[in-house]
Amino acid sequence: MDNLVFRAGGWLALAALAFMAMALAADGGFAVHMGIITIACLIVLWVTVSKADYGAIARGIIKSPADPGIYDDEPIRWGVIATLFWGMAGFAVGLYIALQLAFPVLNLGLEYTTFGRLRPLHTSAVIFAFGGNALIATSFYIVQRTCRARLAFPGLARFVFWGYQLFIVLAATGYLLGVTQSKEYAEPEWYVDLWLTIVWVSYAVVFIGTIVKRSEPHIYVANWFFLSFILTVAMLHLVNGLAMPVSLLGAKSYSAFAGVQDALTQWWYGHNAVGFFLTAGFLGMMYYFVPKQAERPVYSYRLSIIHFWSLIFLYIWAGPHHLHYTALPDWAQTLGMVFSVILWMPSWGGMINGLMTLNGAWEKIRTDPIIRMMVIALAFYGMSTFEGPMMSIKAVNSLSHYTDWTIGHVHSGALGWNGMITFAALYYLVPRLWGRQRLYSLRMVNWHFWLATFGIVLYAASMWVAGIMQGLMWREYGADGYLVYSFSEVVSAMLPMYLIRALGGLMYLAGAAIMVYNVWMTVAGKLREEKAMTETPHNEAADKPIVAQPAE
Amino acid sequence: MSTFTQKHKKLERNITLLSVFSLIAVVIGGIVEIAPLFWIDNTVEEVEGVRPYTPLELAGRNIYIREGCYTCHSQMVRPFRDEVERYGHYSLAAESMYDHPFQWGSKRTGPDLARVGGRYSDEWHVQHLIDPRSVVPESIMPPYAFLAEKDLNAGDMSAHLKAMSRVGVPYTKEAIAAANEDLVAQADAEASTTDLLARYPKAQARDFDGNPDRLTEMDALVAYLQMIGTLVDFEKGEAQEQPR
Amino acid sequence: MNYEALRQFADSWGLLFMALLWLGFALWTFRPGARHHHDDAAQMIFREHETGGKDGLGEQDNG
Repeated sequence: MDNLVFRAGGWLALAALAFMAMALAADGGFAVHMGIITIACLIVLWVTVSKADYGAIARGIIKSPADPGIYDDEPIRWGVIATLFWGMAGFAVGLYIALQLAFPVLNLGLEYTTFGRLRPLHTSAVIFAFGGNALIATSFYIVQRTCRARLAFPGLARFVFWGYQLFIVLAATGYLLGVTQSKEYAEPEWYVDLWLTIVWVSYAVVFIGTIVKRSEPHIYVANWFFLSFILTVAMLHLVNGLAMPVSLLGAKSYSAFAGVQDALTQWWYGHNAVGFFLTAGFLGMMYYFVPKQAERPVYSYRLSIIHFWSLIFLYIWAGPHHLHYTALPDWAQTLGMVFSVILWMPSWGGMINGLMTLNGAWEKIRTDPIIRMMVIALAFYGMSTFEGPMMSIKAVNSLSHYTDWTIGHVHSGALGWNGMITFAALYYLVPRLWGRQRLYSLRMVNWHFWLATFGIVLYAASMWVAGIMQGLMWREYGADGYLVYSFSEVVSAMLPMYLIRALGGLMYLAGAAIMVYNVWMTVAGKLREEKAMTETPHNEAADKPIVAQPAE
Repeated sequence: MSTFTQKHKKLERNITLLSVFSLIAVVIGGIVEIAPLFWIDNTVEEVEGVRPYTPLELAGRNIYIREGCYTCHSQMVRPFRDEVERYGHYSLAAESMYDHPFQWGSKRTGPDLARVGGRYSDEWHVQHLIDPRSVVPESIMPPYAFLAEKDLNAGDMSAHLKAMSRVGVPYTKEAIAAANEDLVAQADAEASTTDLLARYPKAQARDFDGNPDRLTEMDALVAYLQMIGTLVDFEKGEAQEQPR
Repeated sequence: MNYEALRQFADSWGLLFMALLWLGFALWTFRPGARHHHDDAAQMIFREHETGGKDGLGEQDNG
């Protein structure tokens, strides 16, 4: 009981501290954030006290829950729900800002709803809230299964989950309030960065701790990818986030680096956020769920190891291709280009490894919509890892950079690869996590698949056209030797493409909404009455041997 | 051979070794690529005219960052004929040497702003920010009318300059001490600007938002926009490298 | 040490070291005798029902 009083007192003290910081804050954004932290502390305090009433105190927060014979799946179930929730939020904001570009009146004239503030909200919600929750949940699931061990430090694992949600709430509200470092995909200010560091180190401790106490001798390759993702993201985050706060009671800080150095550090971070967060982490997912759903081992385990080493050796160099023809020294640009082009090979090696896992089970693409999602995810992985190296070639980049082509490229990767593999993994997980016989409806998975796929095709195609058109119009010279188009003419030429893009986004969002309904019903324990996915014709009457008829 | 095999199994089974090797792999790339750039003398050539931001410009720049202008506007003219003709002289590394953080951007939903300073009048900027489509009918930029309504509440500018000087921007002691007065003086048409100009050569001092009674966020943002890319005198310098 | 020296070290010895390290890992993976080991590792994720831990459809007891 003393322990309870002690902990409750600690949370109360933290809440009071945050409240004081709120009262003394130098700016409004910081005050709101300290208010959120105060509320979070009070919620934890309330949970701590009320849980004690039910006798959970005996188990303590660090000790294991009752039954050591089952995996610790509670934080994974939360993670699945959080993934879906933030996914819907991120996709919806994405659709909204896509429409803002077509109809600027949707900026509403409010400071909180301008494109400039909503765009970081969209990117962070999709990458870090949707993708991050999916990564944490699936890595906790996979590491337990492949190590044949329960999560190490269950209390810390729960802290990772809730701490990460607090990070997301602080980041998201910060963008709306204009609290930003302006470093793309690393916008949160210094104190939110510090909080994420604590959460991330805890995540690493839980993950590595589980591997350390494993009962399997070998560390399965999916865990290699997750491990490098966790460690590298920690390194990137720490270096790129270095900043000098103006005041310890204010949100504003100034980056430790300036100009060229800042640009290179940022894109070293930015590109490896793609390489390690959106690629290595999700490949960890792929190397577990694709073999499991296909019910056959990965095509070549050796290739997966080569894939791993090549990827992490090469990716880290590729960042400067975001800065071609800028004031960055030439040698760094060339280095970035060369490594980006080489990167194409391991990427395709990984794609082939994933696809060939289905060797001998290709009919599942027809009968199993989850497999089909995995296959399209790998196809988009292959496509965007071909497109990426191509765009990093300086000659191509001189046209594509600053245009919507880049936006299209990012989305074929994010929607096609990250989104689809996450959906497939969630569809695999939900019946298992909630102990259901199967998903509520496979036909709905099929609908989700087609809506999402057509959505991505519309998105990528319209952005190719828009991007190449922009690039060509900006540099077009007339016979008189003058530039043909003013900038505003190029802007107005984009309208049809922006509309098609928004339609693609709407379809993708609609598919995700179907998924939410499907998962909801599955969790509720319902099974939809529906025709099976395969309908190989079977004619009972014809199913018999030919018997020779006696001649008449 | 057998010991070799043993060692290999060790790596695949040893979490510490696996972590160490993957970290080595990623750290090498980072160090090799980034570290050299921090020998700043070689990377960034000194260019005459580049100076730290005045307090008002810095406050305006912070609004530029706060509103996420970088999501649609780059500040980096590449050395191509069309870009140089459309925007102006291509950007030099030195021009962003005091930019904490840099604002090069990655997307041109709107035009590049690296040379926007002095290109339009203050009145144009104010009108354009309040209602972009009243000036450029095709524009898809959000309206920023609220900037003209809000008093500039930049906080203690001395603290801001101090933080900047801690990360390497050469603000003098006097500049830091006088930051708050300089902030007001630059936007006040009546105030004396002798000290301001001594500290910040080429600083433009006037009422920027057309409302001399108030110091608004619009004043700061327009002051920043009007100085971007104006510090280096490209007319004076000898012909630099030709654009591609 | 200056910028030029560091840069030259990076794109000569640094690059060579990286390439050799990578080659070492690659050859290591494909050394003879590792096949069984890797096949075993690849099959590992399917060995769920032999001992201990519960997993799989409909047999889990979730709180």
